[in-house]
Amino acid sequence: MAPARLTPSQTVGPFFGPALVRSELEQMVDAETRGARIAITGRIFDGDGAAVPDAMVEVWQANAEGRYDHPEDRQEKLLDPHFHGFGRFGTDQHGRFRIVTIKPGAVPGPRMTLQAPHLNLSIFARGLLNRVVTRIYFPGEPLNQTDAALNAVPADRRATLIAAIDSAGASDSYRFDIFLQGDRETVFFDI
Amino acid sequence: MYGSARYRREPIGTHPPLDSPAYASTSKRAPRCAPVRIEQSLSEITGPRPCVTVAPAEADLTRWAGDAAMGERIIVAGRVLDEDGRAIAHTLIEIWQANAAGRYRHDHDRHDAPLDPHFSGVGRTIAGANGAYRFMTIKPGAYPWGNHHNAWRPQHIHLSVFGPALATRLVTQMYFPGDPLLALDPIFNSVPDGAARARLVAAFDPELTEPGHALGYRFDIVLRGRAATPAVG
Ligand SMILES: [Fe+2]
Repeated sequence: MAPARLTPSQTVGPFFGPALVRSELEQMVDAETRGARIAITGRIFDGDGAAVPDAMVEVWQANAEGRYDHPEDRQEKLLDPHFHGFGRFGTDQHGRFRIVTIKPGAVPGPRMTLQAPHLNLSIFARGLLNRVVTRIYFPGEPLNQTDAALNAVPADRRATLIAAIDSAGASDSYRFDIFLQGDRETVFFDI
Repeated sequence: MYGSARYRREPIGTHPPLDSPAYASTSKRAPRCAPVRIEQSLSEITGPRPCVTVAPAEADLTRWAGDAAMGERIIVAGRVLDEDGRAIAHTLIEIWQANAAGRYRHDHDRHDAPLDPHFSGVGRTIAGANGAYRFMTIKPGAYPWGNHHNAWRPQHIHLSVFGPALATRLVTQMYFPGDPLLALDPIFNSVPDGAARARLVAAFDPELTEPGHALGYRFDIVLRGRAATPAVG
């Protein structure tokens, strides 16, 4: 096999919606999915605090047991035939997205550590020449203290990665806003 | 415990810097802080494999709503590979593009060019076991955009590919050889390395060309390869 050279990224542009944002890809759970249902709503903002209406959020997460539906995850935890861990959500004219899923279990991290429950996010938008990658963590999780990725982040920026309990919603509702730029800029990861 | 796959760090100069001033929309959207580098974990070496059923007809964009689309039929085909040249099997490839007149079927496309009632501009397919994929489509038109005075995007097709892991996810654009607009396009030219930029341009391929029917363009998509030795972990 001859070595091949990596294909560069380009922006998703403004017109991806009909191709990529499809209702079948927004359905992460069905009636039989195991685990606690949660809803995470948020908005995406640019450096002026303006909503980003032409963005797309992709979720990748483990199931309620803490296992990814993927051959590289060789844990002996159960797979859930009603949960595959992927969802894709476009933002609306107010920059808003809404993820309905289950709370993931903890998955292994580097050096025998356990990672805190989290959702992996890839964010694509016009004006972003490559995706940006972040994570949504949950408030009050003891494992947040020892999570390797959270601990790689300067302490004063970690809060940008932790969802807030949405007081307007039910106890299983969370809020997670994403600031692409500015004083409250969300932490993005180089993976 | 988890497997040995780690993905190579991406070479400098291949992906565009998020802050690319010539592409004006980056100025308020590119993060200012450097991304925080993390060790790849199970979360990054696994990744989505969308469970969608894709009909063979979805790889043919030349007919829609019962009749043939206008414009020059083309074949776009290639392989999805990793940096070691290994085939990436069975991955979902999604494409979208303007019609032959340079107009997207999208509510926010205000370009004063006609929509084609028989062209959706949306396609998808799943690569074969050897990473091969093939679309039949219409050559997209160039279109103007508001980036700067008299700005025109070169003819291009947008592509989205998953690959085996969260770490390999890629969205890109494919261009056509000899397009004079390439030299002027801030998005194409946001790729710093000239050789990397050239890899975004498909190659005209007589072998792919179907006599009496359509010209063929070859475009291989190369995703991150695995690190030679697993990180000590
Ligand atoms: Fe485009």
